[in-house]
Amino acid sequence: MENIGGLCLILAFCLGVYSIFASVVGAWKQKPFLLVSGQRAVYSVWALVTTASALLVYAIMTDDFRIQYVWAHSNKAMATIYKFTAWWGGQEGSLLFWSFILSTYTAVVVFTTRKKHEYRAMMPWITSVLMFTLVFFLMLVAFVEHPFRILAIGRAATPMDDGRGLDPLLQYWTMVIHPPFLYLGYVGFVVPFAFAMGSLITKQPGDGWIHTTRRWALITWAFQSTGILLGAGWAYAVLGWGGYWGWDPVENASLLPWITSTSFLHSVMMQEKKGMMKVWNMVLVAATFFLCILGTFLTRSGVVSSVHAFAQSSLGNYFVVFLAVGIGATTWLILNRLPYLKSETQLESVVSRESSFLFNNLILLASCFAILWGTLFPVISEAVTGEKITVDAPYFNRVNIPIGLFLLFLTGVGPLVAWRRSSADALKRAFLMPTVGAAIFMSVLVALGIHHVYAVISFGLCFFVTATIGSEFWKGSKSIAAKDQVNLLRGAFELTHRNTRRYGGYIVHMGIVIMFIGFTGAAFNLDRTVEAKVGSTFKLGRYDLKVADMKGGENENYVWNHALIEVRSGGSYITTLKPELRKYAVSGSQTSNVAIRRALNEDLYLNFAGMTADSKVILQSYVFPLVSWIWVGYWVLLIGTLICLVPSKIKLQYAKMEVVGIARQAQPVEN
Amino acid sequence: MHPYAKFGILILIIVSTLGWLALEGVSETKTYYKTIEEMAAMGTDAQVKRLRVGGDVEVIERNGQQVKFRMIQKENGKNLTLNVVYNGKDPLPDTFRIGAQCLADGKMGANGVFQASRIQAKCASKYEAKPGAKPGGNSSYAKPATT
Repeated sequence: MENIGGLCLILAFCLGVYSIFASVVGAWKQKPFLLVSGQRAVYSVWALVTTASALLVYAIMTDDFRIQYVWAHSNKAMATIYKFTAWWGGQEGSLLFWSFILSTYTAVVVFTTRKKHEYRAMMPWITSVLMFTLVFFLMLVAFVEHPFRILAIGRAATPMDDGRGLDPLLQYWTMVIHPPFLYLGYVGFVVPFAFAMGSLITKQPGDGWIHTTRRWALITWAFQSTGILLGAGWAYAVLGWGGYWGWDPVENASLLPWITSTSFLHSVMMQEKKGMMKVWNMVLVAATFFLCILGTFLTRSGVVSSVHAFAQSSLGNYFVVFLAVGIGATTWLILNRLPYLKSETQLESVVSRESSFLFNNLILLASCFAILWGTLFPVISEAVTGEKITVDAPYFNRVNIPIGLFLLFLTGVGPLVAWRRSSADALKRAFLMPTVGAAIFMSVLVALGIHHVYAVISFGLCFFVTATIGSEFWKGSKSIAAKDQVNLLRGAFELTHRNTRRYGGYIVHMGIVIMFIGFTGAAFNLDRTVEAKVGSTFKLGRYDLKVADMKGGENENYVWNHALIEVRSGGSYITTLKPELRKYAVSGSQTSNVAIRRALNEDLYLNFAGMTADSKVILQSYVFPLVSWIWVGYWVLLIGTLICLVPSKIKLQYAKMEVVGIARQAQPVEN
Repeated sequence: MHPYAKFGILILIIVSTLGWLALEGVSETKTYYKTIEEMAAMGTDAQVKRLRVGGDVEVIERNGQQVKFRMIQKENGKNLTLNVVYNGKDPLPDTFRIGAQCLADGKMGANGVFQASRIQAKCASKYEAKPGAKPGGNSSYAKPATT
């Protein structure tokens, strides 16, 4: 079986190389049979990589501990679902998983565009770029980090009784889906990049690549957002420290392409509507792709110390070469094609929708640069001064909090400013009410005793943005409700359906606002650590906590201790929480099962940190105000993204009218 | 004034502000990566600068909220050890255990014990136990070779 798996990977690599060759030569020499052959090789590569992946999963499921990878990442006792996750649990398997997703994406791209004549010239180059990336990963998985290695002593295969298994901490539902979502996001950004390069190579005059890739970019952006949030949710609920983001290099690496792709999703509108920022969009889509590869490089090379990085390996050199070749070729191509990327219009005023998009891009890129700088600071400082210096969370917070607030401000301003230029009167009409409302809201917060400057500004901006988005929905819905004689809710639904991209985008912005409310809550976190015996009480914020009981025991896997904590507020009983500490017999590892009382206003979070020599429980207790808003905000963001993917009703009607030959009506305009 | 000039001035103001914030942030939080050997060579400087040192965890003693452990670093065939005491407020990660790879941030105490204010341990998803060892534990069974 391992031989078939290995053979599949080598064949996939060879066919991948052939696909690049056939596509490039076919396009160059105008040989259709080579082009078709190159595309068929894509399907063959997918079939081979899928077979290799299926064989590895089969080996994991059937406890084939002759294979080193299976032995290292699975064991007999693991539940089936967690055994499946072992596919991407280690270096070799995750590289195979990367290759599987990329080969699937490539096959989908080739299949869905096979009958689209507008892509006929670009497709060979798109296929080549996709396959070049895939061949790189297949090279790693087939020749460097092979997942089908057999454990052996001397020349004899060595059967092992059981594997080492997956860490108990990872046996949690969000960890099952967190890595696949991140990979789906990381890998998916290859597709917009390939279309952009295809457009540049074939000197396409139009924006065809943008219309197709916007949808890809949006879907992969949603995957990336989901992956990041799942990781944050897991850290919060499982790791026992109550945090959801630590500014670790590998966490940052997942955020960087998310930021540039967010920037791309905004600036792409400028190109579609105004013919501006064509070079910038090329740079953004390329930056997103290379940041995805950089993230993979950081995770796998050991170049920066990260708690999330795989063990140090020789993979780093391969990634450096790939990045150098890729960035060099892309830069040359963009510079060479500058005459085809000239803007069709100019910026007319600083107070315009165009300007707000430019600022949005600038600020997002500044954030990206600051995070990249902080992440690579140890490497840079070592190269320049010879001393390896790292920067910590306060650096990232200091730079990114003002950036975040400014972005929040732009989120509110953008929809209210007109394209080209806004007059002073128009600005006054649009901004007066939301600004006055936000100012009153902030004054009330200060009067209520909230004096944390950033928090007051953040809440004020959240109010401002909510007011602007709300007014956009209100005005549009009211107009439709009056015209079509329907209720306001139906009007809002109709409004959104008529222009899903615009109103879906507003819902995404609302999700971001809700998440900001959650982030801001961190300014008011409370914590207290106590050593308490049964019957003793202590206070945290508005809660009275009583250690009602402590119990201990053991089973075949671990020794456990838990405390029953009665929670009261203002004399009224609320709930009983049960934080637990486990010590695993085999590994000697200790895990805390935190107890969380979740609520929209605040979470009460208890961690059983240990026992003292005189049998007191060491209890770490936290109050995290508004943290649940982050998870709620994510769902709103996801719903908004899905709405953006639904075709707008206006376009559907327009297409139908054209088909039946009705005279051309006023051109529908999307904002 | 031309719109591009106005835009340029605004960009300059924003970038300068962010640059200043970044420089302040760097100077406030910079931490020096050192090996145990380099730290020993720093003398009293190691008691002043904020340092980060990494290694494998050995022998953990928990006494209430205080955690003492020994960190081992293998360099040039030598095993260097460092005694560390953690008095930080944050709970230690569950991945912190004997055999785990960890990073300790803090300053060297005058008594030669590293005073850590922050401990990070290798994320469970990426921890790869040494071949032949069970995760988190020391196992003596033979390391199998691979073909």
